[in-house]
Amino acid sequence: MYPKRLWWLLALLGLCIALYLGLGARGNWGFVLSFRANKLIALLLVAVSVSTATVLFQTITRNHILTPSVMGFDALYLLTLTVLIFVLGGQTFTQLPEIAQFLVNSLLLMGAALALFGTLLRRGGHDLFRMILTGIIFAGLFRSVSSFLQRVIDPNEFMVVQANAFARFGRVDTPLLTLTALLTGGALIAAWRMRHRLDVLSLGDESAVNLGEDPKRGMFQVLVLVSILVSVSTALVGPMAFLGLLVVSVARQITPVMFHSVMLPSAGLVSAITLVGGQMVLERALRSSTPLVVIVDVLGGLIFLILLLRRKPR
Amino acid sequence: MITIRDLNHDRDGKPTLREIDLTLQSGGITALIGPNGAGKSTLLSLIARLIPLQHGQIMVDDLQIGACANDALARRLAILPQTSDAAPLLTVRELVSFGRYPYHKGRPTAEDREKVEAALATFNLAPLAERRLDTLSGGQRQRAQVAMTFAQETDYILLDEPLNNLDIAASRGLMHTLQDLARSHGRTIVIVLHDINYAAAYADQIVAMKDGRITHHGAAREVVTDAMLSEVYGTSARVHRIGDTVVVAV
Amino acid sequence: MALALACLLVILSVASLFVGVIDLSWAALWSDPAALELLVVSRAPRTIAVVISGGALAVSGAIMQMLVRNRFVEPMTAGTGQGAALGILLVTLFAPGASIFVKMVLASLTALAAGAGFLAIVQRLPPTQPLLVALVGLIYGGILGAAVTFIAYQADLLQYVEIWMNGEFSGVLQGRYELLWLVALVAALTYLAADQFAIIGMGRTASINLGLNYGQTMVLGLLAISIVTALTVVTVGLIPFVGLVVPNIVARLAGDNLRRSLPLTAMTGAGLVLLCDILGRLIRYPYEIPVGTVFGVVGALLFLWLLHGPKRHVS
Repeated sequence: MYPKRLWWLLALLGLCIALYLGLGARGNWGFVLSFRANKLIALLLVAVSVSTATVLFQTITRNHILTPSVMGFDALYLLTLTVLIFVLGGQTFTQLPEIAQFLVNSLLLMGAALALFGTLLRRGGHDLFRMILTGIIFAGLFRSVSSFLQRVIDPNEFMVVQANAFARFGRVDTPLLTLTALLTGGALIAAWRMRHRLDVLSLGDESAVNLGEDPKRGMFQVLVLVSILVSVSTALVGPMAFLGLLVVSVARQITPVMFHSVMLPSAGLVSAITLVGGQMVLERALRSSTPLVVIVDVLGGLIFLILLLRRKPR
Repeated sequence: MITIRDLNHDRDGKPTLREIDLTLQSGGITALIGPNGAGKSTLLSLIARLIPLQHGQIMVDDLQIGACANDALARRLAILPQTSDAAPLLTVRELVSFGRYPYHKGRPTAEDREKVEAALATFNLAPLAERRLDTLSGGQRQRAQVAMTFAQETDYILLDEPLNNLDIAASRGLMHTLQDLARSHGRTIVIVLHDINYAAAYADQIVAMKDGRITHHGAAREVVTDAMLSEVYGTSARVHRIGDTVVVAV
Repeated sequence: MALALACLLVILSVASLFVGVIDLSWAALWSDPAALELLVVSRAPRTIAVVISGGALAVSGAIMQMLVRNRFVEPMTAGTGQGAALGILLVTLFAPGASIFVKMVLASLTALAAGAGFLAIVQRLPPTQPLLVALVGLIYGGILGAAVTFIAYQADLLQYVEIWMNGEFSGVLQGRYELLWLVALVAALTYLAADQFAIIGMGRTASINLGLNYGQTMVLGLLAISIVTALTVVTVGLIPFVGLVVPNIVARLAGDNLRRSLPLTAMTGAGLVLLCDILGRLIRYPYEIPVGTVFGVVGALLFLWLLHGPKRHVS
């Protein structure tokens, strides 16, 4: 299915990477390349983890509008971070090596996500608007609680939260990058190996059970993977509200099939092209300082509204 | 053989099934009939382990529902649920291929592909094989779903009101195919039907239900009577016998 | 039930008078003139402000739910509140020396425009999807809020905006809150029209059938909501969810008869916001947590409970 289109996407990505690394580079090639390579890897990791998390999430919620960010997943990340600093104290937290900080927060996120979203999806996953509404309220709730805790925390410790909330593309350091790369790689392999089961799960709970699959187990495993992937992307770059929705919606237009053996690579490639290509265009071609996130969020937000209003009532 | 013992079931606090004891012999078509809310779909869903058992026991051959492995059961029993919102982007062939999943788990062999083609042929879907589901009529989509269930090649096939979207030709076609499966291939078909005439015409055994209980169980000729219609449905429709055929005058 | 609520409200109000950074005791009131001054200048105005805001926001929420015919909307989060913030921002940007009266008028106008925009969008949505209407309201409000933040960011007024977007009562003093009496007046006037709004809640056809001037009543309702919202935002800032959760809770307990439930709604709203304000003052004493943040949590939890908890009827 659509092998030619996937190859074209890969070629386009190759072009974007080449341009990103090479365009406008002056002076010491060795230095420039290694500096840009770091950022490139971060971009690719974020792209692929966001796209994969979104595809997986849309499979278990069986719709094309919900994404982990719409459901408040990344606001939850900020909340667990705040709670962690609240409980441990800013001092203790900063003394931990950055990898440990990331791991502890990710585990916390996974636990919270499984409890929260697992219950939510089990109880009411078929009422789409109720789910979206719940997600938006969750996101608001998590932000309010974070804000609340930040006022309760000692102002100095609050600084710690702010500083650690998220790296941005400018400030990615190697140990964290290596760890996140490993985690993302592991999650991607797990998702790829699940691809046939995921296809069956997207047929619906009854059909999946009929064919011998267990939807509850599938949902649990997917939520674990999504938590890992969201941790990675949020830790590297912060919350990206509509990137997932944007790239997966575009990928669904380019490769309109439901089979994960196609959708996972397709969405990943579109996402990578969007981030690397977009960053390349912004930084090098336009020399703008507007963060890519803003443009992506505006476009993605528009798509969200269009999808919402176009939906045939069931 | 499907054996059901002492089955009770509540839904949202309301009793849906009460003291169901039922044995369905292998081979042949058993029709479940009864008014809305009688519990027919719930019973079928329980047998197919779509909903968890609350009280009682169901055995399908040597497999106990609730205790046996999911995919072992998937090769023994298949259900066509009343509603299914299969991904609209699938082609008919792709949908029917999913019916082979319990055997190939995502890596279809040549044998699997042959069985898919056979299923498509049986239900006259070959000309529609490459069409996407969202371009088909409701009846065509229904036939594709049945073909998928058929491709699953199970000893037991459960169908929940499969004739809803089908015209008379397609309905008769489906019922004839089911009859053929039962008689020539020894399959056991359990089918929930709204139209008693189809039940009377094609089923070997009929189980009538009302308010969560079984009221009648036996051969079609014995069960479909004026008395049964009055008791189960509360209607005064009359049953006529025209030779071997039993017909309800609607 | 009304009596119980009224008593609770009185108790909370009295409690509120005595909670604060500076110690104030009952005995001190009679002996120490400074204590009495504190009461008159700070505590009493604050308590009054909270009571009026809470009650008026709840009532305006109930009215909006009638106008939009959906029980999961409210002015603060469906665009009217953000519209008011936009108005204040524009005044600060283009006429920084303007009086508070000018701010109030402009904020009301922008709030009115935003609210009218929301109503226009809702007309185009399928009525069989109530949650979609609620969703669109939240998104519409979110987009307007983002626009406000963006303009503020460009104009380097982000800190000011953050103050309005997060309501709090700590700045309420005698002489700084009197606008709220106008809010109380408007809210009281809507009670007089309770029956008309209830009929509007039954739809356009029913309203015309019963001889109501549909357009005029809609406009009046929208006007009332805009004034209440705008003045509250100007004086105190945005307090989310009050208008949404309070009418729903009261309706579950006391039914949908607007004439009967509106006073209860006002009292419940006042009591709830007062409770949150007191909590905000106590939790991290002597620091204050803004009531907007506290209610951001409490209101969101209540909203979730309304969405997922036991239904009072099939929805």
